Amino acid sequence: MASPSLMDTLFQRGLDDIIKGVRHQQSSTECIFISRVIEEIRREIKSTDLQTKSTALQKLTYLNSIHFIDMSWASFHAIECISSPTFSHKKIGYLAISQSFSESTPVILLISNQLRKDLKSGNEFEVSLALDCLSRIGTVDLCRDLASEVFILMSSSKVFIRKKAIGVVLKLFEKYPDAVRVCFKKLVESLEGSDSPIVSAVVGVFCELSAKDPRSYLPLAPEFYRILVDSKNNWVLIKVLKIFVKLAPLEPRLAKRLVEPICDHMRKTGAKSLVFECIRTVVTSFTEYESAMKLAAAKIREFLMEDDPNLKYLGLHAISIMAPKHLWAVLENKDVVIQSLSDEDPNIKLESLRLVMAMASESNLMETCRVLVNYALKSDPDFCNEILGSILSTCCQNVYEVIIDFDWYVSLLGEMSRIPNCKKGEEIENQLIDIGMRVKDVRPELVRIARDLLIDPALLGNPFLHRLLSAAAWVCGEYVEFSRNPVELMEALLQPRTSLLPSSIRTVYMQSAFKILIFCIHSYFLQKEDMTSEVSDLSSKRECSESSDLATGKALVQSDQDEGFNPRESNQSYEYPSVVDTGDGQSSTPTFMEKKSLMHESIVNLLNLMELVLSPLSGSLDVEIQERACNVLGFMELVQQEFSNPLIRKEANLDREEVIVSRVVEWVHDGFTEELGPVSVTAQDRVPIPDELVLKENLTDLEAICGGVELPAPGSFSLTSPYYGESAVFSVSNLQAEEDSEPSTESTSLLTEHRKRHELYYLPSEKNKIPANDYPPANDPSSSINTNDATEDLVKLADQSLVSKRKPNHAKPRPVVVKLEEGEAAPVVSKKPELKDDLLSGAIHDILLGNEVKAASSQGNPSDKSSSKRKGKAKHVDLLDSKENLAVGEQPNHENPSSRRSKHRGDGKQKSKKSKGKKNGDGREDDGEKESQKIRDHHGRHKSRQRADAPINVVPQTPDIPDYLL
Amino acid sequence: MGIRFILMVNKQGQTRLAQYYEWLTLEERRALEGEIVRKCLARNDQQCSFVEHRNYKIVYRRYASLFFLVGVDNDENELAILEFIHLLVETMDRHFGNVCELDIMFHLEKAHFMLEEMVMNGCIVETSKSNILSPIQLMDKTS
Repeated sequence: MASPSLMDTLFQRGLDDIIKGVRHQQSSTECIFISRVIEEIRREIKSTDLQTKSTALQKLTYLNSIHFIDMSWASFHAIECISSPTFSHKKIGYLAISQSFSESTPVILLISNQLRKDLKSGNEFEVSLALDCLSRIGTVDLCRDLASEVFILMSSSKVFIRKKAIGVVLKLFEKYPDAVRVCFKKLVESLEGSDSPIVSAVVGVFCELSAKDPRSYLPLAPEFYRILVDSKNNWVLIKVLKIFVKLAPLEPRLAKRLVEPICDHMRKTGAKSLVFECIRTVVTSFTEYESAMKLAAAKIREFLMEDDPNLKYLGLHAISIMAPKHLWAVLENKDVVIQSLSDEDPNIKLESLRLVMAMASESNLMETCRVLVNYALKSDPDFCNEILGSILSTCCQNVYEVIIDFDWYVSLLGEMSRIPNCKKGEEIENQLIDIGMRVKDVRPELVRIARDLLIDPALLGNPFLHRLLSAAAWVCGEYVEFSRNPVELMEALLQPRTSLLPSSIRTVYMQSAFKILIFCIHSYFLQKEDMTSEVSDLSSKRECSESSDLATGKALVQSDQDEGFNPRESNQSYEYPSVVDTGDGQSSTPTFMEKKSLMHESIVNLLNLMELVLSPLSGSLDVEIQERACNVLGFMELVQQEFSNPLIRKEANLDREEVIVSRVVEWVHDGFTEELGPVSVTAQDRVPIPDELVLKENLTDLEAICGGVELPAPGSFSLTSPYYGESAVFSVSNLQAEEDSEPSTESTSLLTEHRKRHELYYLPSEKNKIPANDYPPANDPSSSINTNDATEDLVKLADQSLVSKRKPNHAKPRPVVVKLEEGEAAPVVSKKPELKDDLLSGAIHDILLGNEVKAASSQGNPSDKSSSKRKGKAKHVDLLDSKENLAVGEQPNHENPSSRRSKHRGDGKQKSKKSKGKKNGDGREDDGEKESQKIRDHHGRHKSRQRADAPINVVPQTPDIPDYLL
Repeated sequence: MGIRFILMVNKQGQTRLAQYYEWLTLEERRALEGEIVRKCLARNDQQCSFVEHRNYKIVYRRYASLFFLVGVDNDENELAILEFIHLLVETMDRHFGNVCELDIMFHLEKAHFMLEEMVMNGCIVETSKSNILSPIQLMDKTS
């Protein structure tokens, strides 16, 4: 390619020309224009003239930043530009580099020397350019190579440079942790003074550092405290508060000292940002200080009263932080919270919804839900689903802890399903099935609700609700004995519009229909046995009930006709098993069995209906549907022999065949009526491994997979409807397996196979039926609401004043809710925050602080149920104890020069407290110092450990580490 | 990292300035800016200036035809960021004299330098207008 001509250089278009050019283009021609410019740039950038080159680079940088044009190909040209002696070229080059270079840019190492040169330059602006660039693109190698230069600049006489050098330190520490040893002392020194621009930079750096590993910065607390008290700069104060939020949980004595100055700021300052930071600090870290909380609440109230949506949002947000422990704050602002539900801003609405749900308790739940569901009807689809979602999640917390009247709740679920915008089919599905299994007393109502859902033709059209319908179908099949009219259910399950359902759900429908059929035939046989004794009684009974049956029958036929499907003559509705509505349908005893009289003809009709619907499906392309249809049809063939033409049959034959059929039916029926219990997600683990079972390698792998899978939150039991299998227990466990090992479909199928083979080792469902009272409810730490008893009491108290008219209706005792021992699941979940902590700084703590870690981190866990009052004390003691232990263990090793330094200013304060806290105060001062010294040591080591690929050139315990606290 | 990125976007949703404090590829940037612009520009004056997005927050403020959007970590002080945006605008005002979209377009480099003075590694390091502007003015004089 020809080198750029002189003409190119002379008539090069500048950046301004390009910007104007792009502005004048239509959006359609813009692309063409830009690509032409890029071509131009490609030519110009190869020029030997640095002016031309840098202008080309400048244009490219602009296009990259605004029009997303790739500029990685020009990285070498950018390096050429920064090596220019002219400042303006350098400037363009550095901008291009900081914008386009990443760790993977191949030529990035080439800039190392140039950067070093510029860092040493006498021109402060060149230095500043290089520092800025390093802070943006610093890689491990660059940071290692340039750490010493940056260190020198940290003591530059020019504030402008010093400030930037401090800014770079953060990058240095992140990429090259060993730099800590060189720079840390300088950094701490820079904290001197309280209002210089340097301090604001340093505090920013410490704020970021302490977010990653707060414990290491605990010894600096006195410095930060001084800044908190002295500084007048709001930016700095906010950052210092952020640091203290991180430090406070680690050292209980800090809070006592901090509360006063923070409250002081809150009272005096006019800056809303500082007030808010104080509020946030108090509500997250100083929840035990009543007066501070009161003050924070008052300030929040001020925020809420303002017209500014920003303050309102932040106020609500702050309250929601308080809510779990201090519900009074929510109740005090109830008016604003409720009002905000109809705010214009979806974010504010969401916050207030969270708060409304936080206020929900046993006594006001019904009212709250009623209001919210009505409100959801009027809301936009997104918010509607937010409302529904939060109702569902609140109600199912801790195994439906807040719900007393399950009949009400089940009907609420039904109501929610009918909200047109509802997309929560899956959640409702889970809860319908879960409640069905757990709460025996609610089953009649549940079946009624499920029936209503099934016969509602509108729901079938909404794909979001299909899962919900599958739950309804399963409930109807499983608890058919509570149904008043099984035939009606059967028709609903077999209605032609079920073709709208996905095949997996259709199979549930078919299976449920099969269950209902078995139930009907079974009760027919039972009845027949009785009939021999009371034949005469029957006919009159039927006459009576006919009239009541007529209504439902007709309605049903009507709906069938609407859909253009009516398999029977309308007069057949007289043949329906008549069910007398006794008015007390909820009286739990199987209404159907006792009250109805199931006729031979109605069974025949059922069989005909099923055959009519299922026959075409036996040729379905979907294997599941096909198989199910064939199974049912095959069974029906067997049964039909008996029912087909009773007139022709001979008495002798009848007896024999009927015996066979009735026995078959009984077997299947027994299989179906076996109670399904909820299965704990940890059930699999509790099954002892039998001796003769040889675990092959692939199976041990599976175990690892299953063990590592994160458990779903307790309460959300893995109960999906049993799509597969004739044995119900088996199928639930099957699904369990699916959920457990979701990440790997391969393992699922293997697991299923394994389970099929070893079905024997399943927990029988009866084992799980543990009365609720014997076990505490599963602890659900993810729930921030109503977890501790204290809160509940508060709610009750507050409710008496707020919603006194609504007394909890205890007319009906709360039914037994089957719960499982969640002993294994609970600790796993509560451990989560701890784990995160471990990742960040676990290593250093293990060595350094031994048992203290455990105490502190478990106490740091906000959802810890242990009483918050005890917390402070226990931690205090632990801390001191562990220090003592350390002192005993470590004293001999610590005869290094650094322990002979003059005392740190802050130590005085700590010292006096320590001696107060414990009797044997002697030797404690030393401990304190060693402690902090060790923290420094280990900090350095820990950091270097974070970076696995870094060259390890540090001897682990280097005695020559400068003492940063001097 | 406190601040993750700073964007200036006009009413039509065109990016006028983009400064990132973490490395994103061009595609990621394009997607991110598209999502954010769609989310924020649809909001009106009566709504609050904070939007949760992915795992962080966006604090934004509108000045005439220009939106200033700052992506921050969740524990960052929203009001302080609003003040930061205002400080940025005031600084630009002082330099350009009633800053407008065109000023930023044609002096993108300068805008970047101002940001570099104010923010390093996502931390706000300088909040004094004269401190921010003095090196830029000096550079202007020398060149």
